[in-house]
Amino acid sequence: MKHLLSTADLTREEAISILDIAEEMRESGTRAIKKLPALRGRTVVNLFFEDSTRTRISFEAAAKRLSADVINFSAKGSSVSKGESLKDTAQTLLAIGADAVVIRHPDSGAPARLAATDWIGLPIVNAGDGTHEHPTQALLDAFTLRRQVALRNGTNPVGEGLDGLKVAIVGDILHSRVARSNLWLLKTLGAEVTMIAPPTLLPVGTQSWPCTISYDLDAVIASGVDALMMLRVQGERMNAAYFPNPREYSRYWGLDDARLAQLDSSGAETLIMHPGPMNRGLEISSVAADSPRSTVLDQVTNGVAVRMASLYMLLSGDLI
Amino acid sequence: MNYLIQQAAILGEQAQDVLIIDGKIAQIGTIEATSDVQVIDAKNLVLLPGLVDTHTHLREPGREDAETVETGSQAAALGGYTAVHAMANSTPVADTAGVVEQVYELGRQAGWVDVRPVGAVTVGLAGKQLSEIGAMADSRAAVKMFSDDGICVWDPLLMRRALEYVKAFDGVIAQHAQEPRLTEGAQMNEGEVSSILGMPGWPAVAEESIIARDVLLAEHVGARLHVCHVSTAGSVEIIRWAKARGINVTAEVTPHHLLLTDEKVRSYDPVYKVNPPLRREADVQALRAGVADGTIDVIGTDHAPHPSESKDCEWGAAAMGMTGLETALSIVQHTLVETGLLSWADVARITSSVPAQIGRVADQGRPIAVGEPANLTLIDPAARWVVDPSAMATKGRNSPFAGMELPGAVCATFFHGHPTVLDGQLSTPRVTHA
Repeated sequence: MKHLLSTADLTREEAISILDIAEEMRESGTRAIKKLPALRGRTVVNLFFEDSTRTRISFEAAAKRLSADVINFSAKGSSVSKGESLKDTAQTLLAIGADAVVIRHPDSGAPARLAATDWIGLPIVNAGDGTHEHPTQALLDAFTLRRQVALRNGTNPVGEGLDGLKVAIVGDILHSRVARSNLWLLKTLGAEVTMIAPPTLLPVGTQSWPCTISYDLDAVIASGVDALMMLRVQGERMNAAYFPNPREYSRYWGLDDARLAQLDSSGAETLIMHPGPMNRGLEISSVAADSPRSTVLDQVTNGVAVRMASLYMLLSGDLI
Repeated sequence: MNYLIQQAAILGEQAQDVLIIDGKIAQIGTIEATSDVQVIDAKNLVLLPGLVDTHTHLREPGREDAETVETGSQAAALGGYTAVHAMANSTPVADTAGVVEQVYELGRQAGWVDVRPVGAVTVGLAGKQLSEIGAMADSRAAVKMFSDDGICVWDPLLMRRALEYVKAFDGVIAQHAQEPRLTEGAQMNEGEVSSILGMPGWPAVAEESIIARDVLLAEHVGARLHVCHVSTAGSVEIIRWAKARGINVTAEVTPHHLLLTDEKVRSYDPVYKVNPPLRREADVQALRAGVADGTIDVIGTDHAPHPSESKDCEWGAAAMGMTGLETALSIVQHTLVETGLLSWADVARITSSVPAQIGRVADQGRPIAVGEPANLTLIDPAARWVVDPSAMATKGRNSPFAGMELPGAVCATFFHGHPTVLDGQLSTPRVTHA
């Protein structure tokens, strides 16, 4: 693995290896001394052209637990706002002595472009590009799901995929890099995926996507799913006529208290997942977010382990 | 100097000799060489009328770092062209007699091709107020084609007025068909590939709805409409319908839309970023069929050179556009001749005679016949070459065909009897006296 740009690039074996290494990383995080020496002397740059405190600190924690040095580069107030190009910014980081670049960028494909050109030659981790992909989010979601199912069944998650699990992804699919990365990874790991959204928030061209498309959240919940992944509805969508108003969105596509009660009364073991940050009361109610089904905080914890595994695999070369 | 082209297959037909004297075709047949003519061996070569481009961006004035009239018209000559229409989106915009005369004069001084300036439809391409169409038409540049290319004349009433008004000057409105609200932030064709790449889409309907509106407007006011760079199967159908109704519409397709698809965008390499965007394979096939049945009238290169910093970047930051003058004829041969869709006579029609008629370009696109001006292109259809943008005359390095092996090479270009290209290399410009 040279870069981590898209979950579509991962084979099943590679994906399971990352999740397995992440299990070891997670275990090390429960020890009194959390730090591992694996990347001592290596420098990881977090190159963030978009605000994202959560993802940045997760990568930062991951790199530091592996003993790497971390440089945080935020586009705000930097040379980028003075018109410096991505190429010059990246080459500056190379000249400073970076060993890997974790990049978040508002343009779809910017990490792929950085990886494909001769600008730098460093391993690139896509930390979210436009409305394209967010592969480490999908990996941490798969990790969380796999671990929860193993916990429930009293089995060992290591070496396993997600075969036969039913996952519903609900919300703004059109603009969601999380949805795209999850689709490819979930399919690779053997899960069945349903995407649920208002038609205005589904891209044109999903006929070839390996999933079921639905507009009806209640029908999908009633059919029984192992996990509901609720996507954040961005504030700017509300002013762009994708749906009439937040109340109507919530009524049809939100995980509200009534739908939570429906889940509870059905006896289903459905997990409630959310990549954060949540709009409580819009795509997810507070009661749902704080319910025992919710894996939201678990996902955050697991995010560090998955990012440790990703950095470890890219910087120390091979699979374990 | 006078020239004798020996054994050229005129429009791909039987080989004959062509004698050029004082800029005109003096004789065609079997001709003995005399000591006062330069002989050009054209055995196995095809002779076409000099190519006329309906759609070129020469960038001057304003963006001389991207292209100048000189470098752009050199690229044109190397591509077999003897005339180009220079689009109006320069800085300042070509919306006055002063600017179009400047571009015309720069072209004349350069001496590689006829540079026919296109006038802007609206002042500053702003889509608010008609520019001085009459003054441009009556200027020394004698502008006949008007376009806000790069931007759609979106306001339906303004478009109606423009179509009506140019009738007084035998002009034509060349429309860049793009519904602006449906394409806000658009980066590529909207469809299966954009859904996976997570790119804001440019839907086919944004082009087709404007073309449908414009052909109806042209019918209503009895005006001449030219549709720039048609890119979708639906657009071809609408234009076919309009022509069947007798509407006075002509349509253009670019070489790149005849070959490349949005699959190329998976690389995220901005060399494939262009407006209108690369479409699906079904669109490519429909465009070829549209050329074959005459629905699409001409090839327009939409040659759009950019400095490397505008392409050596991430997709979102990159400029739209591709170079095309030096590859157009090869792409036409590859996609239309070698597929059996067109003869060389058809190629002459879509690259020379009809483009000249649309732009009302005197002395261009004429038959290869005695007494006609010697605007001629000699090509070797058997040649094969690998596209190397750094070896081109255009300043732009943004060729989407870089590294591809293409058929057909331009051996010589005669511009009013003067060879601007010989042995596939730039020769000398034609010197005229004002």
